[in-house]
Amino acid sequence: MNNPNDIVAEALAAILGCADYYALEQVKARYLGKQGVLTGLLKSLGQMPAEERKSAGARINEAKAALEAALRERREVLAAAELERRLAQEALDISLPGRGIGRGARHPVSQTLARIEALFHSLGFGVADGPEIETDFYNFTALNIPENHPARAMHDTFYLQSGELLRTHTSPVQVHYMLEHRPPLRIIAPGRVYRCDSDVTHTPMFHQVEGLWVDENVSFADLKGVLADFMRAFFERDDLPVRFRPSFFPFTEPSAEMDIGCVICGGAGCRVCSHTGWLEVLGCGMVHPNVFRHVGIDPERYLGFAFGMGAERLAMLRHGVDDLRLFFQNDLRFLSQFR
Amino acid sequence: MQFPESWLRALVNPPLDAAQLAHALTMAGLEVEGIADLAPGFSGVVVGEVLYCEKHPGADRLKICRVGVGESDSLSIVCGAPNVAVGLKVPCARIGAKLPGMEIQAAQVRGVESHGMLCSARELGLSQDGEGLYVLPTGAPVGKDLRDYLALDDKIFTLKLTPNRADCLSMIGIAREVAAITGVAANLPKPAPVLQDTTDTWRVSVADAAACPLYCGRIIKGVDARAATPPWMAARLERAGLRLLGAVVDVTNYVLLEMGQPLHAFDLGKLAGGLRVRRAQAGETLRLLNEQEVTLAEDMLVIADEQAPQALAGIMGGVHSAVGEDTKDVFLEAAFFAPEAIVGRARRLGLSTDASQRFERGVDYAATRAALERASALLVQICGGRPGAVVEVKGRLPERKPIPLRLERLARILGFAMDVGTATRYLERLGARVAPAGDALLVTPPSFRFDLAIEEDLVEELARLHGYDAIDAKVPRGPLAMLPVSETRVAEAELAERLMHRDYQEVITYSFVDPAWEAALGENGAPLALQNPIASHLAVMRTTLWGGLIDTLKYNLDHQQSRVRVFELGRVFLGAQAQAQPRRLGGLVYGAAQEEQWGLPTRAADFFDVKGDVQTLAAGLEFARASHPALHPGQSVEVLRGGRHVGWLGALHPRLLQRFDLPAAPWLFEFALDALASRDAVRHQTLSRFPSVRRDLALVVAEEVAAAVLLEVLRSAAEAWVVSVELFDLYRGKGVEGGKKSLAFRVVMQDTEHTLTEAEVEGAVARMVEAAQNCLQARLRS
Repeated sequence: MNNPNDIVAEALAAILGCADYYALEQVKARYLGKQGVLTGLLKSLGQMPAEERKSAGARINEAKAALEAALRERREVLAAAELERRLAQEALDISLPGRGIGRGARHPVSQTLARIEALFHSLGFGVADGPEIETDFYNFTALNIPENHPARAMHDTFYLQSGELLRTHTSPVQVHYMLEHRPPLRIIAPGRVYRCDSDVTHTPMFHQVEGLWVDENVSFADLKGVLADFMRAFFERDDLPVRFRPSFFPFTEPSAEMDIGCVICGGAGCRVCSHTGWLEVLGCGMVHPNVFRHVGIDPERYLGFAFGMGAERLAMLRHGVDDLRLFFQNDLRFLSQFR
Repeated sequence: MQFPESWLRALVNPPLDAAQLAHALTMAGLEVEGIADLAPGFSGVVVGEVLYCEKHPGADRLKICRVGVGESDSLSIVCGAPNVAVGLKVPCARIGAKLPGMEIQAAQVRGVESHGMLCSARELGLSQDGEGLYVLPTGAPVGKDLRDYLALDDKIFTLKLTPNRADCLSMIGIAREVAAITGVAANLPKPAPVLQDTTDTWRVSVADAAACPLYCGRIIKGVDARAATPPWMAARLERAGLRLLGAVVDVTNYVLLEMGQPLHAFDLGKLAGGLRVRRAQAGETLRLLNEQEVTLAEDMLVIADEQAPQALAGIMGGVHSAVGEDTKDVFLEAAFFAPEAIVGRARRLGLSTDASQRFERGVDYAATRAALERASALLVQICGGRPGAVVEVKGRLPERKPIPLRLERLARILGFAMDVGTATRYLERLGARVAPAGDALLVTPPSFRFDLAIEEDLVEELARLHGYDAIDAKVPRGPLAMLPVSETRVAEAELAERLMHRDYQEVITYSFVDPAWEAALGENGAPLALQNPIASHLAVMRTTLWGGLIDTLKYNLDHQQSRVRVFELGRVFLGAQAQAQPRRLGGLVYGAAQEEQWGLPTRAADFFDVKGDVQTLAAGLEFARASHPALHPGQSVEVLRGGRHVGWLGALHPRLLQRFDLPAAPWLFEFALDALASRDAVRHQTLSRFPSVRRDLALVVAEEVAAAVLLEVLRSAAEAWVVSVELFDLYRGKGVEGGKKSLAFRVVMQDTEHTLTEAEVEGAVARMVEAAQNCLQARLRS
């Protein structure tokens, strides 16, 4: 077989039949190697008559070039197939979960307090703190609740052997703060409070947020504006209905109770709002002049409003929690829902 | 305060339906907690009279009755009630009547036609009594619609009154309030004095005139205490939630509800001599109407006869001289006791009575005598008897002083202005007297308003009548001062976030804990104890957060959670000084280091996991071996910062495992928050342009040598250009003899001025090795 065309045809078939590099090298050696068929033909050119040599040489070189091209092409095909195979092999089950540590969460009451703080912070309210074991003076007397006042009976106070007490509300922080700072004042005071009461809707410890704004011209109309704004921002409902009703707290005058339209039923009436369409969420009022006098602020010059709300109540309404006690059971199955 | 709508409407009747009236009351500060229908809806039920009654031929328990319903015809009705009898007046549901849950149709009962149904109270939804037919009074008009006859189309209002509004603890008070809110006039009873019919009187004296500025009373002789309370009065009392207790007491209760004046009737036959209002003597006892035997204190006021206290003034009468069925002569008392003389006493005795509730808050002293006349008239009308003259002991009654009201101050407080005419009109509606005084008004509140004392009280009244909702809310305005934000204080929330991101869940546990936890976990043996704990396991104030955290662990282990990582932020209360209420951060780790997952081997969290968590909380924490009574001595550390105590970290002491019934020891930590809260403001350091060089050193030292000590020796021997020395491996085993360990350090060197030479690098390493050899007998591992 000395016809280069035949050799090329045979070799091309062999090249196409190669499934890997090794076979391809074998084919290459067989045709183009030192002992290869085409190499042999080239070597035999010398014995050819001169007039044939040139054209024969050209044909052999063409054949050689064709083979080399075919080899190169085949190599690329094999390389591409090899890459495909490798990529397929290396493909991950991307559905497997990511590795590593999980993430906990803050307690829903803490999240609620943080949300309240953030909203009031945006209105320039700082955060104040006060002790949880209080004296009678801060918890009652300075807040215009004299001894034997019927309002004290409503407070179900825990007393220590020392005669001190666990604060029944966050309002004493007002007193501490006003004794230490002069108006204008704008603070909120979140924290734990205690009442000697425990049933389905009461826990002996819970959280309140107290608020206070004192300045020369702070009015009941401002109180309404700030608190309505807050509730609408808290529940992210611009159309949330709010209303203010006269109420009684010894440390404010006038006093008010604030209701919001029921966020559970939208005001249609449900178990949560006792079918009234309204939810009581906050107590507030204008700071009583006696409270100002107790802390040495001139009630003729300064006016102020104060408010207090229950953090658990807001958390329950916001998250649809229907049992107060869940907040203090610390069941991880409950708490981890607030991630 | 509960009352039927019909009673209120008899006194004042504004053109509002029940819901509108309730809304008006609520928005004026008298919160209507509930409105309930007195009776469920039913119709077609009339008063029937059983005319004839015979046994059903086909059933032992059934009777065939002929029932008159007020027409010429009577109905044949089959009835199974055991108490059916000829002559009874009973509710009769006619054909077509609708009862709760059923409609009455003509029916065959065991072969006998029945044209209606005789009803029990339960079938009408009036009570739970389903034992037999609801027997009506013999005078009930046959054929009359039962709803009309019993006035069942009534609603029960329940008010939630604030403690300042004692004046609304009566029907007259509420009627006055409704009149003030709506502007509709009220029609209030004006009791006239009863005619004296006996010259008998009873001696009365008051020893403490400040506590009892007004005491009125009179004898009524020859009453029939067994007389029936008239149905109209019984209905009002019952609908107001009171039980019927015999005509005499019912009358006093009725006047209490109507006028807000508590009254007491003594059985004159049981009194030994005249009555005296005086302070109790220490140790005196009194058996009260509720059979409770109380020991009196010296600050309690009593009504005593010549032998013993007969009533606890303003709170409750005594059982000895209580009116009973056989009482013939009574002494009827109406007094005004000063709130200060009553308040708190009932509560101390575990009592809260209708009387104490009112006297503590203030009773209208101007109506006391009228109430006595009202009760006398009703008593004579119902029980007969001959009234004597009123005995009255009067001292200094409270005075209502005029309060100046400045309308410009009102405008400042409320944020809107009210004109003089409007203010005057509102105040007069409240029963106050108003006189102009220059720029202000002089306002004298009525005797029944104990809560109106200062200008702000009047401002509230005016705001209330104007309507809180009618005051426009304002957009808040204030100085735009920025709030300080410190860069060198770490907020608690940030510490919480760090733990949260390391897979800790925040919990909130009670600040009062089981004294046994404190005994086991606390550092000081005497936690602050509550006088009145809510439960014995919540009796002392915590001095550590660990009790609550371990309790949380137990709760969750009991609820199939095997991995618990929790923290709490909160105060602890350190015994001796109650002022010491520092805030702390506590944590607990139990179970696997990571949630069981496909890509990581599952292993229990160890000391160094938790230490790593803790080290993210603050820079510069130091750890010193020390022992804490609640922690494993070999697996716990005292944590310090800048040499100051910060807190503790370690495993719960094995001896406490059984105490807390735990299968394995949790890791615990607790830190003072203020010690973690500071941080240095960052000062940037110039980066070097020259290359850094790393050398690793493996040093073999005795087991007892702490890694941190060796590290400290290396660092103190390091040249200035040694940027860091860090431990990266700990090895024991082949190539290291027993009792020793190999610690490998990465030393990074870099200068900011030049490229370090080989000689400098080698020299620096050699000096560090030498220091380790000299100080700690370390040797370089080959």
